[in-house]
Parts: sequence; C-alpha cells; structure tokens
Amino acid sequence: MPTLAEIPLGRPATVREVKGPRAFRRRLLEMGLVPGTTVRVVTVAPLGDPLQIEVRGGQWSIRRAEAAEIEVEP
Amino acid sequence: MTTAGPQRPQLVLAGNPNVGKTTLFNALTGLSAKVSNYPGITVERKRGTVKLSGDVAADLHDLPGTYSLNARSSEEQIAFHAIVGIAGSPVPDAVVICIDATQVARSAYLLLQCQELGARCVVALTMVDEAKTATPDPRALGALLGCEVVPVVARTRSGLPELVAAIARTLQTERRPRAHWEASAALRARLDVVKAALPAPWTTAARYGTDLPAGDDALALWALTCIELRTGGTEDDELDLPEALRRAVETASTPDDVELDRPILARWTWLDLEVAKLAKRQVNRRRTERIDRFLLHRVIGFAAFMAVMTVLFMSLFWWSDPAIDGVDRLFKGLGELVRGGLGEGIFTDFLVDGVIGGVGSVMVFLPQILLLFLFLGFLEDCGYLARVAYLMDRIMRSMNLHGRAFVPMLSGFACAVPAILATRTMERRRDRILTMMVVPLMTCSARLPVYTLVIAALIPGARLTQALLMVGMYLFSVITALIAAWVMSKTVKPLKAKRLPFLIELPPYRWPRWRDVLRMMWGKSSMFLREAGTVILGCSIVLWALLAFPRELPKGSPDYAAMIERAPSEQARQSLADARAGELLANSYGGRLGHALEPAISPLGFDWKIGVGIIGAFAAREVFISTLGIVFSVGEADEGSEPLRQALKEAKKPDGSRAYTPLVGLSLMIFFALACQCMSTLAVVRRETASLRWPVFLFTYMTALAWIVSFLVYQGGRLLGFS
Repeated sequence: MPTLAEIPLGRPATVREVKGPRAFRRRLLEMGLVPGTTVRVVTVAPLGDPLQIEVRGGQWSIRRAEAAEIEVEP
Repeated sequence: MTTAGPQRPQLVLAGNPNVGKTTLFNALTGLSAKVSNYPGITVERKRGTVKLSGDVAADLHDLPGTYSLNARSSEEQIAFHAIVGIAGSPVPDAVVICIDATQVARSAYLLLQCQELGARCVVALTMVDEAKTATPDPRALGALLGCEVVPVVARTRSGLPELVAAIARTLQTERRPRAHWEASAALRARLDVVKAALPAPWTTAARYGTDLPAGDDALALWALTCIELRTGGTEDDELDLPEALRRAVETASTPDDVELDRPILARWTWLDLEVAKLAKRQVNRRRTERIDRFLLHRVIGFAAFMAVMTVLFMSLFWWSDPAIDGVDRLFKGLGELVRGGLGEGIFTDFLVDGVIGGVGSVMVFLPQILLLFLFLGFLEDCGYLARVAYLMDRIMRSMNLHGRAFVPMLSGFACAVPAILATRTMERRRDRILTMMVVPLMTCSARLPVYTLVIAALIPGARLTQALLMVGMYLFSVITALIAAWVMSKTVKPLKAKRLPFLIELPPYRWPRWRDVLRMMWGKSSMFLREAGTVILGCSIVLWALLAFPRELPKGSPDYAAMIERAPSEQARQSLADARAGELLANSYGGRLGHALEPAISPLGFDWKIGVGIIGAFAAREVFISTLGIVFSVGEADEGSEPLRQALKEAKKPDGSRAYTPLVGLSLMIFFALACQCMSTLAVVRRETASLRWPVFLFTYMTALAWIVSFLVYQGGRLLGFS
C-alpha cells in the first residue's frame, strides 16, 4: 500500500493505517489522522520537504519521513 | 472590583491554536487581564475577570492553545492540569472551549476529552464571520454536543453577553461525564488498576465533591495513554507524576498498545459521523490557497521570504538605532543632571553610574524588543510565521533545530536578548532551549564596535582585507551556531531530538487585529522589564561596584590631586585625570580580578588590561572599549577613538615587544565571537528557562569554547611563525 509520502499531489486518498512507535502514532491519531480520514497532499515545500497536507478542512505541514509512516489508499 | 475568594467561580478558556482564543479572552476580560508565567516553566499565564451578572464576577484563566490533552509538551500539561484542577490549579467550575466554526469536527475533539473528565463545558463558536453560511446551527450543535453553544465574533463583541449568560447557566448544572467510547473487558481491568492508584486529590470525589466513576475512568485512561513506559524511549517534556501512579501505569501497560488507540478512534468516528454533517459545506479556503501559491512558491516564495526577513532584520538593526540612542542619551542626561544636583561623592556615583546607568542598560533593550514583537505578533496572527517554519524546516532540521528557530537566530544578529524572548514562538521546550543555547553565538550588534576597534587598531592591510575579515566574523558566527546546535542535539540529553511527529498547522491567512498584537507586544515587553530587567539591574550594580571599589590609589602612586592642582594647562590636567582614573580602575576589585585572570588568558595572548576589559564587557560587550579607554588612560573612548587605537598599537610588553600583535587581535575577536560576555543574555536565559542550570551551561560551554579556539588560533599562529 502506498504511503502519504508517495501519492501524487492534489489527489485525495484515504488513511488506512498509521505506523511508527506508540507515542508517535498516538500523536498523529489525536490530530485526526485516523483510518478512514480523507487526506490530500496540497503541495511540497520548495526544498522538497515537508509536505503540506489537508485533513478535515485544515492544512498542516508534515515531514516526508513522517508521512511515510501513514499508509493510504488512493 | 470584587475581591478574590474561594467562592468566586473559576473558569478556564481552552481551545486549539489559531481559533481566535486570545481575541476572545481579551474581549471577555478587557483591562483586567494580567500576564505572568506559570511557576517553574515559561508558559504564559493569563488571568482576568469576567462579570457574570450584577455583582458576581468570575476568574477566567486563559490556557495555552492545544489540540488535545495528551500532555506531551509543557503547554499541554498546563492545559490538562488546569482543566482537571490538579497540580496547583484550582478546580474549574466551568470550561469555556473555543470551537472553530470553519473546522468544527476537528476542534471539538478537545471538548470531548474535557467532557469525559466531567468538566462543565460551554462552547464559544468562533470564526463564524469566516465560516459565514457554512456555520453549523448552534442549537443543533449544542444538542449534539450536550452543552450550550454560543456563536461569537469577539471583534465586534457580538455574542459575548449571550456567552456570559450561558456560562452563568452552565455553572448551575450538574456534572455529568460523557464519553463516546466504551472500555473493553481487557481495558476495563487495566483502568481499574490505574484508578486505584490515582492520588486522592485527583479523584472526582475530592475535586468535585461527588464521586463520578466515569470521570475517574477518563483520568485513568489519560494516565495510561500519556505516561510513557520507562523503556518506551525519550518523551518530550517529562511529566511530574506521583510515583504510585507511575508504577500502576507501568504494570497496566504493554509495549505497543493498540488497545489504547480505540478511544481515540471512537472519538473521531463519532465526530466524523455526527458532528461533521452539521457543517453545511466545506469552508472556502481559496483565498488562502491563492496567497500560498505565491508565498510558498519555489522562487517567488523564497524571494518574498527574504524580503520579509530583510525588513525584520533592518528594523532591528537600523531602525531601532535612533530609539536606542535616545534611551542612551536620556539616561546619560539624567545622570548628569543628578550629578550636577548632588555634587561629587560616593552616593552620587552609586546613583548615577550604578542605578541610573543600570536602569539605562535595561531600557536600552526595549526598542528592539518592542519592534521584534510587533513583527512577530503581526506575522503570527496573519498566519505567515507558520509558513516560515514550513519553508525553513528542511534547512533548520538538518541541524536538529525547529523551523521556527530561524527568526530568533536572525534576530540574534541584532541582539541576543530579544532573540531569546522570541524563542517562545516554538511549542516545545526542547526546541526553545536548544535555540537559546546557540542564539548568543550570532554576531550581535554589541560585538561590532569591538571588532571595529580591533580591526582598525591591530589588523594591518588594506580596507578590503579589513572588510573581508568583518564579513568572515559574521560567517564564522553562523557556522559555529549551526554546528553547536547539531553537536548539542546529539550530546546533551535534554536537547536530543525526539521522535515525535512534527505537525504544524498552516492556518488560513487573516488580517491581524492590531489591538491584540499591541497587547501582546506590551505584555512581553513589560514582562521583560519586570522579570529579566530586575536581574540585569542587579548585575549592573554589582559590576559597577566591582570596578568602582576600593576608591583609593595604590601605595606609591603619585599625588594626582596635587599634580592636577599645579597642572600648567587644561590639557595636562585632563591627561593627569585620565591617568588617575586608569590607576583607580587597575586597583579596583575588578582590576585586581583582571590581574588574577592574567595567567588564565595569557595563553590566548591577552594581558591583564584586556582582562579588565573583558570583565567590564560583561555589562555589555561594547563596554569593553570604554573600559579599555580608562585602563589606557585615554579618557572616554569609543570604537572610533584615535588615541585608544594609538595606545593599543603602541602598547609594549615588559620585554619591549609589541603587546597587541595582529595575531592577538585575531585571537581577541575570536574570543569575543564565542564567549558569553553578556550578563543580560544570561539573565534572560535564566528567566526564560526558569532554571539556573541553563544559563550556567550556556556560560560554561561558550567560555570554554572561546578559550579553546582562541588558544588554538594564538598558539597555532605562533607555531606558524606569526608573532
């Protein structure tokens, strides 16, 4: 399954699983990145990292390495 | 005003960042708001009073903005303690929660957590002017959330009386914990273990006066979720927890605990199913997206970024200059006035040089602090500061610094004091402290006069070489600061990078409210004056005393008084007075300390005179020059002073060779670049970290670094045949 770091820009995808160590994963879940949530990578920062994503109508900056822990279904 | 008492209702104001909480707080409390710090940490504590009805007033505590109550950072811990009413916080009678009408489901997550704990909640629905027709129906939302929902526009004060009335009504209701998850049998057993270990004052029975098992369950779940296993790796900010509770959590925990994710998922499921459908449509973010297309653009975005940062830097560096000069002149004038009125004497000296000079050395920071916070407040409120972190994250992260560390480090070129205050824009303590530890390495404007003097007096060569050397000093400071950040983040335990997600919200662009910006600017500045200012003043007085006492000439020195009396000309009289001042200083405690330092600094090429200068420079680096002026008996001197340059050039060692060679000059500049020769910086770090450990660490590592590098430069240069 692709991760949030790999999907094409602008196309919505659905979160399937959040990986990574316990505290890290729980943090992402608490921010609302739970399975079933629609996410979209809006753009990539000029230096290639981090990514700008949209979740529940809000926009966030997330590092590429962290986005790679989030499995999504396009 | 009514007097504070235990019977007075206690309210807390909670909410996510960027939901207009500060504006609402300001509108609700008006001029009664007071800003201070939570004891022991530097999270701002804001309190004010709200008039509920007739003569009933309540205390309103503004909490730091948080997305959840997970207690990973000190801000979240504060919010959690205040909402529950433990760890020194009063038990709140009601919690006012800001919910962003443009992102209802997301911002209601915090509300669910508060309700589980048994808090009485009132919702202030903010940003309704932005959500416009997408705003959910407050009544339907209230019915769903089980609490009163009042739409407010703090800017126009619309909805505020209704909100206050809703708070007053909510205070009369019973506490009923409400949860959207159910514990499985396995989780149930573990919750009971932890519940039994809750300290007595934490239980609902103690806090609310009624036993609410569901509320205790929520607290136990919180403990299970937030307290990391000892083996679980480093966490952000350590929680100070009762030992019995920590042990209970450890027995009830398993290394990777999917079971505990379930309540989080259940909350979101409920929010997505029930609450999200009340939002009538997606809020239009097209304006923000359009602006972002420019401001985050590969080329235009960076150009815009450079432009904004240049303006910020210029304002700190140059625009504040007239104001700084004004403050300087004001206090000099005041000193002269007092001296004129009181006549010469020890008390006059104390008042003029110690106290008035000391207050001046505090006030002189004010123009830059005001300007920097005016900028920061504006950039933060309009949403650009979050973009700075986004743009800079890649570069700053490679040194394990936060993207937001960029602005403080840039400000460090002007002055470390406002720059250290600006580290507050970062959420995590670790990021703040790491930035504070490297900001003082940046070439601040107080180092410039020292470099100018040393280069002009001691470095031979054309203008171009001298100019290049100056540029080199700037580059050197940037490189050392970045390397130092990297090294410290790898070696100093509390500064090590944590593996927690780095999510930054990029809020929609909004017009800042000037009143909020100005209020914040004034709050920060007055806090600086109150808290750091007093320390700086104290240090100035001590330093003054060190260089002013004892007020006697050493034995065997000529009788200056008689000689000045007999001096044939005004010029001769002046030079005699200068010589006398030089001898007095050399004989002062500070002067003797300079002598005592000589063995320690002679390997760097410095003699005791430089030693005295270094001690004087502790007040502020540029004081090095005026102190040297006195030591060399050339009277008042600045970096352009020709007599001082001559004196430095012509100074001889006892063996007749030149005392200050170009190599000594280079070593001296390196020393000034790296040493923490600044009591104000240390005072501010002391204040901002709320500990003695960090300023001591800062001073120690910078001094050691300065000594070692200067030693290598000086001794290495000599080995290579430079003198």
